[in-house]
Amino acid sequence: MDSQTQKVKVRGVNVFYGDKKALDNINLDIPERQVTSLIGPSGCGKSTFLRCLNRMNDVVDGCRVEGDILLDGEDIYAKGVDVVHLRSRVGIVFQKPNPFPKSIYDNVAYGPKIHGLADTRDEIDAIVTDSLLKAGLLSEVRDRLDAPGTSLSGGQQQRLCIARAIAVQPEVILMDEPCSALDPIATACIEELIDELSANYTIVMVTHSMQQAARVSQKTAFFHMGELVEQGDTEEIFTRPQDERTQAYITGRIG
Amino acid sequence: MESEHIVKSFDDDLSRLDAIIAEMGGLVERQLASVMTALVTRDIVMAQQVIDDDKRVDELESEIDHLTMTVLALRQPMADDLRAVIVVLKMAANLERIGDYAKNIAKRIFILAEMETVGNTAESVQRMAGLVQAMIKNVLDAYGTLDINKADAVRLRDEEVDRIHTSLFRELLTYMMEDPHRITACTHLLFVSKNIERIGDHVTSIAEYIHFLVSGEMPEDERPKCDMSSQTSVE
Repeated sequence: MDSQTQKVKVRGVNVFYGDKKALDNINLDIPERQVTSLIGPSGCGKSTFLRCLNRMNDVVDGCRVEGDILLDGEDIYAKGVDVVHLRSRVGIVFQKPNPFPKSIYDNVAYGPKIHGLADTRDEIDAIVTDSLLKAGLLSEVRDRLDAPGTSLSGGQQQRLCIARAIAVQPEVILMDEPCSALDPIATACIEELIDELSANYTIVMVTHSMQQAARVSQKTAFFHMGELVEQGDTEEIFTRPQDERTQAYITGRIG
Repeated sequence: MESEHIVKSFDDDLSRLDAIIAEMGGLVERQLASVMTALVTRDIVMAQQVIDDDKRVDELESEIDHLTMTVLALRQPMADDLRAVIVVLKMAANLERIGDYAKNIAKRIFILAEMETVGNTAESVQRMAGLVQAMIKNVLDAYGTLDINKADAVRLRDEEVDRIHTSLFRELLTYMMEDPHRITACTHLLFVSKNIERIGDHVTSIAEYIHFLVSGEMPEDERPKCDMSSQTSVE
């Protein structure tokens, strides 16, 4: 595995909400086909940062992004970038499972259809089956693909959302606290899934559970008050962090 | 370590671990001091006291084992907290071994008290024990104040202990060759010397863990080792 390839390069990124600076001069490399965790107290800017990576902040009023975010060396904020296409390359899974009010099948088929990834029913069937398989959900829903997505349990819904994200063949998957609404067993399933997915996808995950960051990610970045305080190998960050603020946060000394 | 945790009962657990280590440290310091006095003054009552005190040291080690496991399971400590818990576990194991060696010396005093003294070997044993006692005191201070320099200094002092042990080994072999009647006393003294040398090694190990506790890394440089007794013969 080539751990040296950096899928996303972030250089000097500032983010403003109106006059308020939410992120200050962020520089971060996100390695390809690895899991990178973003940790930090609420309001530190980690979710804001995650949303910069597929331009989800574009729709937030008064939000302004400065600096460079390069996906495979190309600036995703450059003029002429097709944001819809960008978001098919950089998918996202949210905190609360949010399946469309449609069948399990249609939840997964929707993306490939609108992005024109498949024309025939057979092709779409194949994508749906493959995506559900990769998301570890196929065996549980094979005989009820027509049931509404919302009829599934919370953990299954989250895996459905992951299947939906995978269906458009993304390169990067962003996850914003993907397990915070799930019980420990469903959480373990998602964590195992994240580990498997990292063989093929670059994953960036925001989490409030430091144990989760420690368990599933190879790289960890600690944000505090809009600043990227420390980044490095997960093992290093959790055993011998260099910055006092990282130390205080991960040992439970600041909120 | 410097500031409080948001969950205050976590601090109570860590303080409790520190308190047990302090008690263990104090006990083994006293065991070693008493056993050397008992050896020189042939005081078998004091020797028995050292043997009895060891039970308390063992109890404290079990308490550390239990509490560290609880802290790991319930608090999931990270970074310096994680290091602190691991280091306490390692220190307790080393202190317990030191207690065992002191106890082993104490057991030999019952026989040695009946024997003639062997030259001035008692003086060398005492000098060696004095060095090791100072090492224990300093290593416990280094732990209490998180003083990495002090811990590193302790680590380097073990060299001198090894040297004295090697020379005592040679000396005792010579006495045995000169007079077979001294073999019993000399053999026991050899074990006394070896036990003190081993105590030095355990103190050194504690010093290395304190280095790790403070810096996050074990000392990398090779420590000078001067116990040559395994290669020593007297013709």
